[in-house]
Amino acid sequence: MSALTISGLSKAFGGLRVTRKVDLNVAPGERRLIIGPNGAGKTTLFNLITGELTPDSGSIQLFGQDITNVPSRRRAHLGMARTYQIITLFARDTIIHNVTLALLGLSPSRWNPLIDLKRQGHFVERAQAALEKVGLAHIADRPLAQTSYGERRRVEIAMALTQNPKVLLLDEPFAGLSIDERRDVKNLLLAIPRDVTIVMIEHNMDVALEFAERITLLHFGEVIVEGNRTEVVADPRTREVYLGH
Amino acid sequence: MNLRVLALGAALVALVTLPYWMAGIYYINVSSQILFYAIFALGLNVLVGYAGLVSLGHAGLFGVSAYATGYMLQLGFGHPTAILVALVISMIAMAIFAALSLRSTGIGFIMITLALGEILWGLAYRWISLTGGDNGLSLKSRPAPFGFSLADANTFYYASLIIFLLSLAAMTVFVRSPLGAALKGTRDQPRRMNALGYHVWAIRFFACLFSGLLTSVSAILFVYYTQFISPQTLALTSSAEVLLMVISGGAGTLLGPVVGAGLVVVVKTVVSGFIERWNFLLGAIFVAIVILMPEGLVPGSVRLWRRVWGKRGRDAGAGVVASGAEAKS
Repeated sequence: MSALTISGLSKAFGGLRVTRKVDLNVAPGERRLIIGPNGAGKTTLFNLITGELTPDSGSIQLFGQDITNVPSRRRAHLGMARTYQIITLFARDTIIHNVTLALLGLSPSRWNPLIDLKRQGHFVERAQAALEKVGLAHIADRPLAQTSYGERRRVEIAMALTQNPKVLLLDEPFAGLSIDERRDVKNLLLAIPRDVTIVMIEHNMDVALEFAERITLLHFGEVIVEGNRTEVVADPRTREVYLGH
Repeated sequence: MNLRVLALGAALVALVTLPYWMAGIYYINVSSQILFYAIFALGLNVLVGYAGLVSLGHAGLFGVSAYATGYMLQLGFGHPTAILVALVISMIAMAIFAALSLRSTGIGFIMITLALGEILWGLAYRWISLTGGDNGLSLKSRPAPFGFSLADANTFYYASLIIFLLSLAAMTVFVRSPLGAALKGTRDQPRRMNALGYHVWAIRFFACLFSGLLTSVSAILFVYYTQFISPQTLALTSSAEVLLMVISGGAGTLLGPVVGAGLVVVVKTVVSGFIERWNFLLGAIFVAIVILMPEGLVPGSVRLWRRVWGKRGRDAGAGVVASGAEAKS
């Protein structure tokens, strides 16, 4: 059974067809890279997979379960997590509170109006452990507003990982990072265990190629090329629309 | 932190002993007014400060509760029944209000709540058989719970104080709870909250109900205080006044709305006795607050205090600048 199966997925904004009959099959534990020029519909595809957009036609299955009409928030409970291309965090709060919100999202106590969140030891411990993994434990109590861009990227990843996702969608996790930060994030992603399936959008080919097992090339909303690393890089169509000469 | 506990303790002592040092019944009554308007402002602050949803129709809900109490008493029911029915009716009204207005956020939410508030005002004004129209409804008496007659100014003050402290405690617990944290999350990043597994609409709906409950409690105190309710209470200016309390004191803070309520009520009742153009004065104060302390009196004073007395001032200032930059992204 595939971790993620997409068949005949289409989406149009008015006359602009951003996703055209996309088929995608991601095996459990696979590292899949999605590439394509700007405007190819990569992020739209992510938004369709996570349910932030509703497709016009086609279907999405998560481990065999049809989730095409399942609301976005339920998909998180079914084991899907994502990071955003444009960092989307809670700027007024501390780093650890950001991660705690991610933990709380899947916990029934998110509806509790009576207990003191700061005194819930198990949340604090788990959030601290997640920050340990991304190397931010020492600044856990720092307000997010006082952190660097690279640190925020790692907070995003910590939030996604702390939800123990089965499928993790990473939207340009290396965008805007310095060389050192890129190396840190890469090591972080390489350390993610194999029971997590990862689909990643990335432009930065040096790091991305090293990471990916299979690559899908999107162009004008269509899947143009799909295959393993060498196949896709060698394909003349990849050179034409994406890599250049 | 010790300073904070000390200040809050001193405030509490001052409130409890107020009838003994306050000069005259008139000022004790003004203090009661501040307390129930503070509960109203706390209720509106749940939406404005913590949910990021600005309502301009809360005076309408306030009116529903006040009219329900008055009408039940007129039908001959006792005080406990009247209060209970008023609470239930205003919660139902709030649920309908929320179901309609939560279809939108931002400007859309403001406009829908404004329209709903105006509809309720119109009903109070024209549905004469129920509301008495322009003449309003009069209440014959105040209740006497446990044998303490609330007809006495001091007793009414203490009843208001107890209910105010309970409301403030409820608010404190809620803000620190997981649901409170979730609500603040939906204010700052609704899209992210949804992706994290939260039901954003339902969280906002519960916030509306909590806000409605506090509004209703304050309205019941109000209607027993004035022993009279007329359509004017439901007018847009009343909604704007409470919004002014929340924003001037500090939206999204626990004590901001309380300080705001104090400011507005004092200017409206006490200062208006000396200055005929008190509306002008209130406007001028508001403009000064917006220019000097845009975050509101309570957080603004804390910031000034730290700048003058503590080294922490610089850190806090840096935080404000950085969060301002973040807000653009």
